[in-house]
Amino acid sequence: MSISLEAIERIAHLARLPYEHTPDSHPIQDDLNRIVQMVDQIRGADTKGISPMAHPLNMSQVFRTDEVTELNERDQLMLLSSKAEAGLYLVPQVIE
Amino acid sequence: MINKTIAELSQELAKGSVSSVELTKACLERINNSQKTLNCFITVTPELALKQAAEADKLRSQGKAQALTGIPIAHKDIFCTKGIKTSCGSRMLDNFIAPYDASIVSKLMAAGTVMLGKTNMDEFAMGSSNENSYYGPVKNPWDLKAVPGGSSGGSSACVAAGLAYGATGTDTGGSIRQPAALCGITGIKPSYGRVSRYGMIAFASSLDQAGPLAQTAEDCALMLQAMAGYDEKDSTSVNKSVPDYQAALTQSIKGLKIGLPKEFFGEGLHPDIEASVRESIRVLESLGAIIKEVHLPNTHLSIPVYYVIAPAECSSNLARFDGVRYGYRCENPKNLEDLYKRSRGEGFGQEVKRRILIGTYVLSAGYYDAYYLHAQKVRRLISQDYENCFKEVDVILGPTTPTPAFNIGEKSADPIAMYLSDIYTCGINLAGLPGLSMPGGFVENRPIGLQLIGNYFEEAKLLNIAHQFQQATDWHKKRPEK
Repeated sequence: MSISLEAIERIAHLARLPYEHTPDSHPIQDDLNRIVQMVDQIRGADTKGISPMAHPLNMSQVFRTDEVTELNERDQLMLLSSKAEAGLYLVPQVIE
Repeated sequence: MINKTIAELSQELAKGSVSSVELTKACLERINNSQKTLNCFITVTPELALKQAAEADKLRSQGKAQALTGIPIAHKDIFCTKGIKTSCGSRMLDNFIAPYDASIVSKLMAAGTVMLGKTNMDEFAMGSSNENSYYGPVKNPWDLKAVPGGSSGGSSACVAAGLAYGATGTDTGGSIRQPAALCGITGIKPSYGRVSRYGMIAFASSLDQAGPLAQTAEDCALMLQAMAGYDEKDSTSVNKSVPDYQAALTQSIKGLKIGLPKEFFGEGLHPDIEASVRESIRVLESLGAIIKEVHLPNTHLSIPVYYVIAPAECSSNLARFDGVRYGYRCENPKNLEDLYKRSRGEGFGQEVKRRILIGTYVLSAGYYDAYYLHAQKVRRLISQDYENCFKEVDVILGPTTPTPAFNIGEKSADPIAMYLSDIYTCGINLAGLPGLSMPGGFVENRPIGLQLIGNYFEEAKLLNIAHQFQQATDWHKKRPEK
């Protein structure tokens, strides 16, 4: 299976990575196609009756009591952003 | 003191023949003198290190010293360290000052270690050569033309070069074991869930594990003792008691059954590495171990499965880097989409973007079943191969890598060639098993490693075998020329 330039454009958008068709796009396409060709080897494996393994120890999500245990460190954590003010993260306008 | 191990230094500190401040000053000087050549560190923390060293010496004078008190170590820059830059080797986090300590950082601090700084690494732990770092490549102390391995290249190189006595690393597909092998030191990836991932920047959450790198198995045992254990802050942490790793080191390995997978000795393995592994088998047999051939029939699928699952999980984990709350933000975004795309496009390096794209592809509509779901099923087949082996043998032995360290630039243009470095290591991450690499000789004047693979939570057995091997050999005592 090979990935077209249009498919790369679509998945780049899903991943919110920049992508434009340019004469330089083919190395990216070549790289991705070689990787896909390599991982395509799994298609030959017989997995009839085998359940998927999402967790190496077959554990499931643990739960704890629903009570507040964390400190409110909002102001300290918001200092990590380059654009934050009055408890709000600033981004370009999204509503017309 | 430069060639001493952590265990030996602990005794020297106890005898008073050296202080932690003296040791730390000497390490800081060596780091300063080697940084331009080796580039092991992203951030050096001299003031903090000397403060911690002075505190360690004070604790010792009060009779409160532990085994690791006053020992200078380094942390891979993937672990959050409060108030200190934590970059993950990426431009994306070049401006990130961690607001808290990772659990393993807190634990090693509580054990009395001194933090020299944060080591260089492949960006977001994606790489096998430390050539993918925003901060430039790390050089192998054994041969400056060679890579140290990755992604824990900085941690591995700094221990091999005597800049730190131990270092922390992470291993998702081999990133502790492979650089340990290429730098001639010992490193262990514990079982999944053995060591807390809280504060460890996530690459692939079902594969990542933290572990120590040091000169010897004994030193790794001392560090792992401090690092391991249940942590309620990590929902994948396993609530299982931690054995006494040091006590287990001296047990005899007479009668131990060691499996040699037929599939690890096929095409692609450098013949001189095979010869070294076969020689090490003779040493282990002389210690009373029994060798048996075993089979891991799905070994050839490890890399393809890994390069579906790891990119898929990374595409999800790295979605948090959007330029809004922390990390790199592009200048003058036109709109929100532009903010996200240019922050991520400019913040991430090529390999990271490549893996995010592959991960997004295999999770996308129309491909999820054929790739991601199918890979998870093949993952179970690989895991079952190991389960079946452990019905016949106690541990598995093989080479850590197919070749010795390659030259800088040799594989950086060919992602597939780079990925194949992990052929013997990534299956262990898929299964969640513990794996250790120890020095096993030299090929073309570059170190090579032997890998031991254990059953779940049998780190003590791996450290025991490695320690016994290191009592009978001296590969681990070799040091690169200064």
